[in-house]
Amino acid sequence: MHELSVTQSLLDLALEQAALHDAQKITRMDVVVGRLQGLVEDSVRFYFEILADETPAQGAEVRIEMLPAMASCRECDSQFELEEMNWVCPNCGARTLEIISGRELYLKSIEVD
Amino acid sequence: MEIKVLTNIHKANDDIADRSRALLDSNGVFCLNVMASPGAGKTTLLLAMIRRLREKFRLGVIEGDVSSTVDSEKIAKEGIPVLQINTGGGCHLDANQLSGAYPEMPLADLDLLFIENVGNLICTAGYQLGEHKRIVIASVPEGDDKPYKYPNMFTVVDAIVVSKTDLIPYMNYSLEEFTRAVRAINPSVPIFPVSATTEEGMEAWCDWLEKESAR
Ligand SMILES: Nc1nc2c(ncn2[C@@H]2O[C@H](COP(=O)(O)OP(=O)(O)OP(=O)(O)O)[C@@H](O)[C@H]2O)c(=O)[nH]1
Ligand SMILES: [Mg+2]
Ligand SMILES: [Zn+2]
Repeated sequence: MHELSVTQSLLDLALEQAALHDAQKITRMDVVVGRLQGLVEDSVRFYFEILADETPAQGAEVRIEMLPAMASCRECDSQFELEEMNWVCPNCGARTLEIISGRELYLKSIEVD
Repeated sequence: MEIKVLTNIHKANDDIADRSRALLDSNGVFCLNVMASPGAGKTTLLLAMIRRLREKFRLGVIEGDVSSTVDSEKIAKEGIPVLQINTGGGCHLDANQLSGAYPEMPLADLDLLFIENVGNLICTAGYQLGEHKRIVIASVPEGDDKPYKYPNMFTVVDAIVVSKTDLIPYMNYSLEEFTRAVRAINPSVPIFPVSATTEEGMEAWCDWLEKESAR
């Protein structure tokens, strides 16, 4: 899994933003992750502790907001959670769906001192 | 103080990929990123493509591998330029690794450049490499339910190759089921059933690639 490189990218992005705003310390990072990314929260935190060591982000709280994998039906527009092995609209039975959330992977904001 | 960032974490990667694509463009090279599970038949398909396309195009290959050089040796035997990137355990290639690799290739003397990504259906999908098109190979022995398990991969690709179709008679596999699963989330992506062993389907697949590269 790619938690290590994802965490490194998150940290790089946060440090870059902090520097841009002349902040000395990052106290919190708010991250948004879609379910389809298959990212394991615990290992992001695990790597973060190691990678952030001796950087301005050391000790920062990492908040991860998990977004469900949602689909909308191309026929009737109803929205529902994309369930494993069952890609059928629960409303009209159509098999033409559009994934509308679940692929997110971004740094939403950081809290700095 | 709170700072709004709202930046995709792959942005740094994508920026590097954009620069690489510009480098490839300036050399007139069309680049294809081939993704798949381990053992899906990436190297075998590339070898079959090389045999078919080598008369018409100047070809090159970049092999992403966790550790070995087995695949790049097979390509080198065909006498075309090949470069190996060892990810040293990494589960995907990234734009940074590729940006170092492209200048090592004889770009001015290439028309088509194929990248064999690391065998993985999750991580590889998130990383652009500077390629022009990306495909996934889904082999018959992996089963017809793969799209349900890796929806992200099956929606980000420009084409899907179903490989090892010569094995369909021996497997509990339905091409209709597979197609139905793909179509549910990706109504327009072209699907090419191919057997590298019998060469069935190779012509349609290579025709698509040729057309895309000419755009
Ligand atoms: N029957 C059949 N076997 C195939 C076909 N294509 C590949 N194979 C076999 O599948 C196995 C794996 O093929 P590779 O081409 O090495 O697969 P790969 O995706 O490059 O594998 P890694 O690089 O190790 O992830 C080999 O034993 C191939 O001979 C095919 O069209 N039909
Ligand atoms: Mg291979
Ligand atoms: Zn519906």
